Amino acid sequence: MADTVIEARGLTKIYGNHRAVDAIDFSIRRGEIFGLLGPNGAGKTTTILMMLGLTETSGGSVDVLGFDPVRQPLEVKRRVGYLPDAVGFYDHLTARENLRYTARLLGLPRREAETRIAEAMESVKLADVLDRRVATFSRGMRQRLGIAEIVMKKAEVAILDEPTSGLDPHSTFELLEMIRGLKRAGVAVLLSSHLLDRVQSVCDRVALFSKGRIALMGTVVELANQVLGAGHPILVEAAGGDIAGILRGIEGVRSVVPEGEGAWRVVADRDVRAAVAHRIVTVGGALTRLADLQPSLEEVYTRYFEGARRAA
Amino acid sequence: MGSRAPLAVRRQGSPFTGIGPVFMKELADHLSSVRMLVLTLFVIAFGAFPVASSLQTLRTVVDPNSFLFLRIFTLEPEQVGISFVAALNFVIPLMAIGLGFDSVNSEFNRRTLSRVLSQPIYRDALLLGKFLAGLATFAVALVALWLMVFGAGLLLLGVPPRGVEVARGLGFLVVAIAYGGVWLAISMLFSVVFRSTATSALCALGLWLFFFLLWPQLASAIVSGVAPGEIRSLEDYAALQDLAMGLMRLSPGTLFSEAVLGLLSPETRTLGPMLPAQMRGAIMGAPLPFDQSLLLIWPQITGLIAGMIVVFAAAYVVFQREEVRA
Repeated sequence: MADTVIEARGLTKIYGNHRAVDAIDFSIRRGEIFGLLGPNGAGKTTTILMMLGLTETSGGSVDVLGFDPVRQPLEVKRRVGYLPDAVGFYDHLTARENLRYTARLLGLPRREAETRIAEAMESVKLADVLDRRVATFSRGMRQRLGIAEIVMKKAEVAILDEPTSGLDPHSTFELLEMIRGLKRAGVAVLLSSHLLDRVQSVCDRVALFSKGRIALMGTVVELANQVLGAGHPILVEAAGGDIAGILRGIEGVRSVVPEGEGAWRVVADRDVRAAVAHRIVTVGGALTRLADLQPSLEEVYTRYFEGARRAA
Repeated sequence: MGSRAPLAVRRQGSPFTGIGPVFMKELADHLSSVRMLVLTLFVIAFGAFPVASSLQTLRTVVDPNSFLFLRIFTLEPEQVGISFVAALNFVIPLMAIGLGFDSVNSEFNRRTLSRVLSQPIYRDALLLGKFLAGLATFAVALVALWLMVFGAGLLLLGVPPRGVEVARGLGFLVVAIAYGGVWLAISMLFSVVFRSTATSALCALGLWLFFFLLWPQLASAIVSGVAPGEIRSLEDYAALQDLAMGLMRLSPGTLFSEAVLGLLSPETRTLGPMLPAQMRGAIMGAPLPFDQSLLLIWPQITGLIAGMIVVFAAAYVVFQREEVRA
């Protein structure tokens, strides 16, 4: 298991009577983007702080690059880059001065620090504002400066807490591109978010958090198969005749679920769109929409918790 | 308190890793800040008046005291009614509070705390670095002020200070820095305890006012409360005096003024009531040698330094237990 960078076993955090993180297990491999997803207050940030040794664990263990954050926090923090939720910088200093302070805390020699700062700022497209005070930076620029700090640190693991929250779509797109850049550089990225659809595109694997536990873990497709059932979902909107009956009659269709007025969600073994179109048109129905449904995390999440609630 | 890591678990690496960069950054921040400028102006404005009046008096009236330079600090000019050291006694806490009241909670509010603590340093280094930077800033300002007073004395009195006067003056500087350190530690404690900078400033200033305005009254009220109906012996009286002085000495300002009295008024032989036994063989008004004065005020100096360390330790303990998340 040489390529495992983070391994948590039974990790637990208790505040008073509240189990903020309840015996979770997961592992992250080198060069992958792992998403911790879940609503606010599900225990994502607490998990991250425990990995960095910034808060004590109540039970279980976590291993980061072969070090124990409880006993060897300095070794962990030297190798792990952290971008906190709504990261802050010293407003009265320039971007360069802010990064220089971090470089000094890391103990980098002066000359090397300067070249690393220039390269890092180049990589996040902030080279032109290097000597501007951070007070003038937008939210998106601050987040990028946070990424630059991780790049400058040459971190082996990057932990990003809600990196895209509060960003406009364009900034989000740019930031996600930079996160992919980290992955290309061989960095293991762990990111947390409550915005499922935004991060699903970058994550190789995800863990869905709920009330301090990991409810589901795996690739997005795996989760979709697990929760929504394996198969090929499509959405059909049509009018005229017994559409549901027709849809059920098509070979390979496993389930037909109404999705509002004149719309059905069809799950089949294979892509049955051509057959659906043919049959509806043949019986004289009006086909208004026929869409291939990509499994979305949002849906996985909602369905899973609906199911869980029903079971309870 | 929930649960804690077992005691056997010890963290590795020096707690002082990274203290240098923290110190340098904080020092640069302090020295370049507008707040520092305001505080310096404040101290100069407060100090200039007593010093100027003292110098005026010393130039016109022939003072029998041979410690002319020290008189600049301690003389109470008629027009002002407050000596330079008394003004400092009042202003030093304000300056130290100004330097420390937002040192930790502002990092928290700017959301820089978790980012800085995710670098390879312990919280120890952050807090101690900030404290030492504040103390250094304060010392720089105070030394500058001290040099200005001595310079003004040289120019206007036209006589150089004697070696023992310089030594006593330097001793005063050390005491003043320790006094500032106590208040810096107090204000940093509040900055760790309270998330809001306004609350922390208010509490520190409140404590300052309490010690200056309320505590003397309160202390004497306590003493008269416990005093027996009639004082029968000298021992009774001495015990009561001891209690009164012990209570007053809980205020750092009292320790400071006593230490300064011993240092800058060499004729001071005792800080409490004087017993006839102590008077035997003494020439009234004759100055004590420097080492004897130092011996006299040694408890006050150690008291100030101990107070500084105790309060800082309290801030340290609270900071270690604080959650860094917003």
